[in-house]
Amino acid sequence: MRVNTSEYMIITFSETTRALYMERICKEDGVHGRIIPLPKSVDAGCGLVWASEKRDRVFWITYMENRGIEYEEIMEVSV
Amino acid sequence: MIYADNAATTYFKPEKTIAAVCEYLKHPGNPGRGNNHMAMDAARMVLDTRIKLADLFDCDFDHVVFTSGVTESLNTVIQGLFGPQDHIITTYMEHNSVLRPLYRLGCRLSVCGGSTEEIKKHIRSDTKAVIINHVSNVTGEINDIEGIGKFCRQNGLLSVADTAQSAGVLPVSLKESELDVICFTGHKGLLAMQGIGGICLGEDIDIRPLKVGGSGFASFDTEHPKQYPSALEAGTLNVPGIVSLNRSLDFLKECGIENILRHEQLLAEEFCRILSSFDGVKVYREKEKEYTGIVSLNVEGMDAAAVSDILSREYGIETRAGAHCAPLIHEHYGTESTVRFSFGINNRKEDIRECSEALKEIIKIRGHEA
Repeated sequence: MRVNTSEYMIITFSETTRALYMERICKEDGVHGRIIPLPKSVDAGCGLVWASEKRDRVFWITYMENRGIEYEEIMEVSV
Repeated sequence: MIYADNAATTYFKPEKTIAAVCEYLKHPGNPGRGNNHMAMDAARMVLDTRIKLADLFDCDFDHVVFTSGVTESLNTVIQGLFGPQDHIITTYMEHNSVLRPLYRLGCRLSVCGGSTEEIKKHIRSDTKAVIINHVSNVTGEINDIEGIGKFCRQNGLLSVADTAQSAGVLPVSLKESELDVICFTGHKGLLAMQGIGGICLGEDIDIRPLKVGGSGFASFDTEHPKQYPSALEAGTLNVPGIVSLNRSLDFLKECGIENILRHEQLLAEEFCRILSSFDGVKVYREKEKEYTGIVSLNVEGMDAAAVSDILSREYGIETRAGAHCAPLIHEHYGTESTVRFSFGINNRKEDIRECSEALKEIIKIRGHEA
């Protein structure tokens, strides 16, 4: 059981469908990460975001650009 | 039993569709509502279905919206896009799911035939859109929505296609046809469950939603999110319905919808060929037009309701009688009701022979009684 916090690269989307599409494309490409519930430190409310321990901002922005994935924000967050 | 009421709802549903729905009901989840395993499995399946529908209708996957069926789709589009100040052109072939929302809207309305030439005659300075069904649910007549979509785009009009009778039977491309909106239902040609349908939207189509509520995100906002598809999907989706669509879309891809169309057209054409030798049967088809597997007819001197009832009771042939919720086409043909045979992938050539024989007997008996 993991209870410690970790640093994640969090990517948010304007719509849940786009977050799920991110997961689908990453899975196809073998890119590591997973969908998590919206952390309170990112925003209040609910929703789904993409989280990855790979905290390489340039990698993610380039990857999403190449795969035509529209994101809202990208940030490092302790979850 | 011969089921020939596929225009109402298709009889055949793939075994894998039925099995997938049953399996889902054992492990349900609410998509987009948290990341527990069941919710995520459901959400992935919903996304997968959007992608398959986007492939079928040639549109963007995040512009595929789920509804309860084509009636909700058309109501959402008509009430969310237009107002009483707009002039809208539609056809005499439309179903009440188009006509009644338009009447309620109180917009200025022109009704004409389903060709570009006829539509052109009705364009005015305040014309906002053309709403047209792809296939008449009464006669099976196929309208040229591709030509009409392109014509509308060239003339700065919005185009809305009702594909209730064509989705899964005829190819429909939002992008190639330059249509703005496609409304579809799941339980007819798409071979899915009743209670599921949707809307495919082009770019820059801003629809005011009929309903607002839970969206699974942006919960502290007082307004419902504006991003598609959530903008038009307040509340929990009909996930079993979406599961059924998902599996039925696989089946249709495997069969090839062009093969399904050919099968249904051949049956209908054979039926019409046999009927052409019968005295006292009026078939509502015109030579220069194209049709699907629907054949509407009347037997001279008989109420369509009586013919349909005898067919069901005496011969086990299931058809539909009545106006078929499309009142204006009856003005066009001078009828009040018809007997509608709508053939599907469940029907075989033997069914056509039996339907023809039954009609022959009904006419003969009626002739003796008269």
